[in-house]
Amino acid sequence: MISVQAEPFDVTHELALLTEGRTDIGAIVTFTGRVRDLGEKTLTAMTLEHYPGMTERQLEKIETEAQARWPLQASRIIHRYGRLEPGDDIVLVITCSAHRQAAFEAASFLMDWLKTKAPFWKVEETGVGETWVEAKAEDDAASDKWGK
Amino acid sequence: MKLLYFAWMRQRIGTGEENLAKSDDIATVADLIAHLKAKGPGYAAAFQNPAVIKVAINQDYADFTSPIAEGDEIAFFPPVTGG
Repeated sequence: MISVQAEPFDVTHELALLTEGRTDIGAIVTFTGRVRDLGEKTLTAMTLEHYPGMTERQLEKIETEAQARWPLQASRIIHRYGRLEPGDDIVLVITCSAHRQAAFEAASFLMDWLKTKAPFWKVEETGVGETWVEAKAEDDAASDKWGK
Repeated sequence: MKLLYFAWMRQRIGTGEENLAKSDDIATVADLIAHLKAKGPGYAAAFQNPAVIKVAINQDYADFTSPIAEGDEIAFFPPVTGG
């Protein structure tokens, strides 16, 4: 299941929803991506723009692809948009499987594809103005290693 | 056609959404880009470097050679940076 939302998410609550009443899940991987400080510049905030409609459509396609490639019993993707501050959560990926390898690999795959295929754009606010974040070649490489 | 622009393309063009009647000389995405570039300096700036522009037709990724039709929703945006 996927959600695109402005509101924060609660990892514990999401885990409970996925696993309630189930005894077949042996491995759960959760990944949370957060807004972090930039180091040399002070990040005041970051705003995530997205393409309503296409974002949901692409996240669903990515989740369906993960389910086709690994034996997942459940999965969850939540991606936030809007203005976020350092320390705020941006994205949540949860994968549930019988064994850890599938859960680890599927979570990694979901993040790699999400970063290069889900239509979100980050603009960073620092003391000196606004800057659009540029796509990174290393993210493309990480996405490409999973094939098409 | 409904045209959508995101991120710095939206800022350079000055709008995020507009409608455009499809003329006969616009058959592909590349034709549309050539048409839009001639609309003004904001468009020219937005479409200056096609190598950093992605396109989606009806909410799926497409190519500059993809055919377009009246009624399509066509979005232009820079490489995505979510996650």
